[in-house]
Amino acid sequence: MKKTYINGVGCISTQKTFDTVFLEEAVVNHDENVLAIVPPAYKEYISPAASRRMAKGVKNGIVSSALAMKDANVENVDAIITGTGLGCIEDSEKFLKSILDNNEEFLTPTSFIQSTHNTVGAQIALLQQCKGYNFTYVNGAVSFESALIDAKMQIEEEEANSILVGGVDENGEYTTALFKLNGRIKKDNSGPYEVLTSTTSGAVYGEGASFFVLENERKDNTYAELLDVSIVNTLDENEVETAIVSFLKSNNLEISDIDALVLGFDGNANFENYYKNLAENSFAQTPVLYYKHLSGEYDTASAFAFWMASNILKTQEIPEIVKVNAVEKPNYKTILLYNQLNGKNHSFTLLSK
Amino acid sequence: MKGVAITGMGIISAIGNSVEENYISLIENKIGISRIQNISTVHADVIKVGEIKKTNEDLVAELKLNEDNNFSRTAMIGTLAAKQAVENADITDINEFRTGLISATSVGGMDMTERHYYDYFEKPELVKYITCHDGGDVAEKIAEELGLKGMVTTISTACSSAANSIMLGARLIKTGKLDRVIVGGADALAKFTINGFKTLMILSDDYNKPFDNARKGLNLGEAAAFLVLESDEIVAKQNKKVLARVSGYGNANDAYHQTASSENGDGAYLAMKKAFEVSGIKPSEIDYINVHGTATPNNDLSEGRALLRIYEDEKVPDFSSTKPFTGHTLAAAAAIEAVYSVLAIQNNVVYPNLNSDIPMEEFDLKPQTSLKNKTIEHVLSNSFGFGGNCSTLIFSKS
Repeated sequence: MKKTYINGVGCISTQKTFDTVFLEEAVVNHDENVLAIVPPAYKEYISPAASRRMAKGVKNGIVSSALAMKDANVENVDAIITGTGLGCIEDSEKFLKSILDNNEEFLTPTSFIQSTHNTVGAQIALLQQCKGYNFTYVNGAVSFESALIDAKMQIEEEEANSILVGGVDENGEYTTALFKLNGRIKKDNSGPYEVLTSTTSGAVYGEGASFFVLENERKDNTYAELLDVSIVNTLDENEVETAIVSFLKSNNLEISDIDALVLGFDGNANFENYYKNLAENSFAQTPVLYYKHLSGEYDTASAFAFWMASNILKTQEIPEIVKVNAVEKPNYKTILLYNQLNGKNHSFTLLSK
Repeated sequence: MKGVAITGMGIISAIGNSVEENYISLIENKIGISRIQNISTVHADVIKVGEIKKTNEDLVAELKLNEDNNFSRTAMIGTLAAKQAVENADITDINEFRTGLISATSVGGMDMTERHYYDYFEKPELVKYITCHDGGDVAEKIAEELGLKGMVTTISTACSSAANSIMLGARLIKTGKLDRVIVGGADALAKFTINGFKTLMILSDDYNKPFDNARKGLNLGEAAAFLVLESDEIVAKQNKKVLARVSGYGNANDAYHQTASSENGDGAYLAMKKAFEVSGIKPSEIDYINVHGTATPNNDLSEGRALLRIYEDEKVPDFSSTKPFTGHTLAAAAAIEAVYSVLAIQNNVVYPNLNSDIPMEEFDLKPQTSLKNKTIEHVLSNSFGFGGNCSTLIFSKS
């Protein structure tokens, strides 16, 4: 069975994560409850005419996938697999508003055409003339991991040798307002917003696009090997550790083999115990990392964590800004990522050097 | 190759609320296309749709949901179909084996979003529906109703979505990652899609006529269907009845245009070619093709050309589109047509392609226009979506 290697990465996020070494320019924003991406120079990747018609999620997907391919030094891929929670929400909002505001009249198709969830994957395929396998997963916090599972299976079964896989989400203005209303986003003007010490529900929201080139061979520029990915819809707080142990066991590993644990802490006090229990008990002797204070919370924020873990394995350095505890290891060989949202959609992702 | 066993099916569509009702409609020419009743739209007098004639209240009652539920219509029809499938497969303990759920939808709970969009800020009692918009909400609801705790995910690749969920499910079984998986899709009618397809000018004001020279476009529909796929180990262990098998699958991208298909049907051709490679059977072994056949001028021309490329000098087998019965049910289309494909194998029938009188002038391809009884071993089913997403499934007699 072929192994899966991460050979190229591209990340557009609420931090400057392009044209940088790693996270040296990262800053924590304590003042806002919705974070916007740091935009790249789109015109280097997309013609201005095409760019005007595209929503930011599509543009960010195109740029981050181009960055990943350049990083991997590949000209084309066999398949494109995308994960997105809310898809092209800006265009969905735009089309829905014009339906409601104009009583279903005087509509133009552009925003409808681009509102489809698979627009990002489709546009990348169109630009690269990639006629291969093209899937888009839309299942909340496991959208990106679903794409990873699929990609890994494609490589294992030798259905594809190189795959572009990514997670992308964009903030839509109206949807953001709705998320403040239903409490998914923390209340306005209730900062400073902290992730680890928060006592309130909801999260600080973000957006971003991270793409990766996964291939079936190790190269000089390989970041890491993707060992395994698993998603579980429902777990109680007290079932997580058992789930992790059995996941590790199926990979012939134990908790003590994990050199760093990346957790999805997002400041939602109602569900932080899913992470806290692990960090304070079974993984107390393991370097524990977090990232949503940098990326914000969104359905595919875990793709940012995947980017971060890939970089740690390649550089063998953990930036201070992402450390939850002070535990260190002489070197970092195996990293486990765990994420969930509101006690649902749990994912376990295992990377090794 | 033997293929992955299908052991259960469930469906709700404009032509019936069960597998049996759908089958009877198909063989008795009972179409489900009518004027729209459940959605108030300015286009009500000019469009025809394949609507499930149950109100949301009917569906809530049928599912015995609490008053404070936040199910979208899509989630309700999805749950009904998934429950039927699980029951049909005689599954009593859903988490007994490694069981997954792969759903598919295009607009998910858009029916609730568009209904309440501006009222959310005024009416606190509606706030519960905000989360319905999420594409994964339908799968979440189904999983909860089934008590399924394991792998749950959703595919959204527009009108090929459910074909891709069946494909993923089959691969998960084949690679041994799951023992059992419930696959399919759901989409309810919504103003959003009605107006979207209207602006694209591909809605017919008449009954849709696939592969007819005078075809004017599609009728939208709503439906949900799910199938249970199980590993051969479980089939043997539990002595399960196998309804048919998923023997081939392929997905390819047309890489031509966001909403239109290429003239030569490149994506469609590649998807079919891959499906034949996976199944190991030859195109000539296919007894019936359930075409995508949306009745838009573009789709039928592109799909027809792709079929002619696959069959080269050979005769294209009997083919028909069942969309004159159901309308185009978007992300659910491939799931309901998977159920129809299995029924074709079980009952040895080719369904009629209704409303088609005048052959297309571009090529010599005529759909089967009347019900035909013949031995069916293998059925090929096509589904194509926006973003050039092309998928083919092959179903075979067990």
